[in-house]
Amino acid sequence: MGQITLNQVTKSFGDVEVITPLDLTIEDGEFAVFVGPSGCGKSTLLRLIAGLEDVTSGAINIDGKNATNVPPAKRGLAMVFQSYALYPHMSVRKNIAFPLRMAGLDKAEQNRRVEQAAAVLNLTDYLDRRPGQLSGGQRQRVAIGRAIVREPAAFLFDEPLSNLDAALRVGMRLEISELHKRLNTTMIYVTHDQVEAMTMADKIVVLNAGHIEQVGSPLDLYRAPRNLFVAGFIGSPKMNFIEGAEAEKLGAHTIGIRPEHIAVSESDGPWSGVVGVSEHLGSDTFFHVHDTGLADTIAVRADGEVGFRHGDRIHMTPRADVIHKFDAQGMRLP
Amino acid sequence: MATQHSRSAARLMMAPAVVLLLGWMLVPLTMTLFFSFKKYLPLRGDSLERGLDWVGFANYVRFIGSSSFWPSVQATLIIVGGVLVITVVLGVLLAILLDQPFWGQGIVRILVIAPFFVMPTVSALVWKNMFMDPVNGILAHLWRFFGAEPVSWLSDASVQSIIMIVSWQWLPFATLILLTAVQSLDSEQLEAAEMDGASPLMRFWHIILPHLSRAITIVILIQTIFLLSIFAEIFVTTGGSFGTRTLTYLIFQRVVDSQNIGLGSAGGVYAIILANIVAIFLMRIVGKNLDR
Ligand SMILES: Nc1ncnc2c1ncn2[C@@H]1O[C@H](COP(=O)(O)OP(=O)(O)O)[C@@H](O)[C@H]1O
Ligand SMILES: [Mg+2]
Repeated sequence: MGQITLNQVTKSFGDVEVITPLDLTIEDGEFAVFVGPSGCGKSTLLRLIAGLEDVTSGAINIDGKNATNVPPAKRGLAMVFQSYALYPHMSVRKNIAFPLRMAGLDKAEQNRRVEQAAAVLNLTDYLDRRPGQLSGGQRQRVAIGRAIVREPAAFLFDEPLSNLDAALRVGMRLEISELHKRLNTTMIYVTHDQVEAMTMADKIVVLNAGHIEQVGSPLDLYRAPRNLFVAGFIGSPKMNFIEGAEAEKLGAHTIGIRPEHIAVSESDGPWSGVVGVSEHLGSDTFFHVHDTGLADTIAVRADGEVGFRHGDRIHMTPRADVIHKFDAQGMRLP
Repeated sequence: MATQHSRSAARLMMAPAVVLLLGWMLVPLTMTLFFSFKKYLPLRGDSLERGLDWVGFANYVRFIGSSSFWPSVQATLIIVGGVLVITVVLGVLLAILLDQPFWGQGIVRILVIAPFFVMPTVSALVWKNMFMDPVNGILAHLWRFFGAEPVSWLSDASVQSIIMIVSWQWLPFATLILLTAVQSLDSEQLEAAEMDGASPLMRFWHIILPHLSRAITIVILIQTIFLLSIFAEIFVTTGGSFGTRTLTYLIFQRVVDSQNIGLGSAGGVYAIILANIVAIFLMRIVGKNLDR
């Protein structure tokens, strides 16, 4: 069980309102990702849910019960911190057992649960080491182990992968997703990386400057971003925005077209420009096209074998059915 | 090549300092050792020019055989131990207190350090005359205010009084070192423990105290080195009577009061041995704590 509801929650530090009135429901068993640029209040929101910060106003309900003034330990939530926050003087076993010890479980039960968590997380061989003797990925797993032994109603992750290198990050991403599938427990995951959000989430919550820009499944957000901010934030490389005459033709102030929805050719297409930087990933090639008369640069994704070079003039055709239209306020037009 | 070059250059440049320090240490040490094997009573006409009589280990036997020797070792250990316990316990508590945000934190922190700047002689005299004086001291007034008989601290509770005075001087040092250690604790660790269901007392015991163990060891080590040789505080208060005669003070009395330099030097050698036993003991603990 782990349904979490925020009702008109705000948070201020002194005079600065970091979270503006915010409503949000996270369903039981859901993998929710809070994503947004650095400093937008993701961690603060997570800490409010955890109880590590007190709300300035509003209410937080966990499983239908008002938890606004319940201390963190009593909320039944477990948190994995960005710095892992392992206890350096305790062995891995003691680290994982710590919440159980605090809960007063007997030794045998503690050991049983620790061994079980260690088996799930491939930590069995490291149980007697200190955190200082582990690699980043292993420390991360210990932190997760400490969270799962408590059998919490929900897991809270605050940018858990940001201290890992790129290859490990992909691996841990999969492990956390698998863990979620296996445990079927609510997870709230904070990240500034939209790729993590897209790949892991059931539900993405896009935050910006303390308020919610949009809530939806990864594909909802990709297909129908509610405004320019979400359109620019979700998807990589970023959506191209075009203003002026080209947009007015479609009755919009701004139009957006994703790089993967533009076809390139040597000779035909309504738009044309000069290739600047091209990034070859093997499977795909990204061209950054200048002098189009539409925007500074237009990013285009083409097949990996397309061989345009720097300085070539090329032609582009946007797919008409996936052009996003926005009004002068930046809101999506139907 | 370059590193080897700079290494020998470094040796060369450090040489004067090393030689000076070695001389500074070796000359007095050798002289102490030398005198400890001689009969040297200046008042009886012994002098270096006339040559001193070699007496073998007689001074050592006499120093250790004196009825004041073991009580002085005991007094030393009690005073050092007492001061260590008080400064570490109160130091930890004060450090945690000072780490909390409160109004006027900066000023309070400076005030806490202040006793460390007062010279030992001065602070001991202030304690003796203004606090502990059985007639005019503040404590005497306090006792009388509550209708109790004032205590003559320095004669009836002499060892405790000395411990008190010395602790007051060293508490700032302990607090300062422990405060920096408390401040270096990652707050996420405390938050993690809080979420794990640890009460404030449990957080202190399982997270804060282990984090402080290094700093505590360092405080104990440094303080022990200095506390083994406290002198001024005893000299200006009890003058070594009422059970406050430490080893250091006993040596002083042998050399200055009894004018027996040979005997005092033998005592000095015992003090060196005692200090080294304590140091080895401490180094073991420190080594274990610093390795991590
Ligand atoms: N304890 C605090 N006191 C004052 N301001 C804070 C505090 N914690 C966070 N903030 C401010 O709140 C804003 C949001 O912070 P945070 O939630 O950490 O952002 P994010 O995790 O999205 O990067 C930032 O502008 C930050 O400076
Ligand atoms: Mg953050």
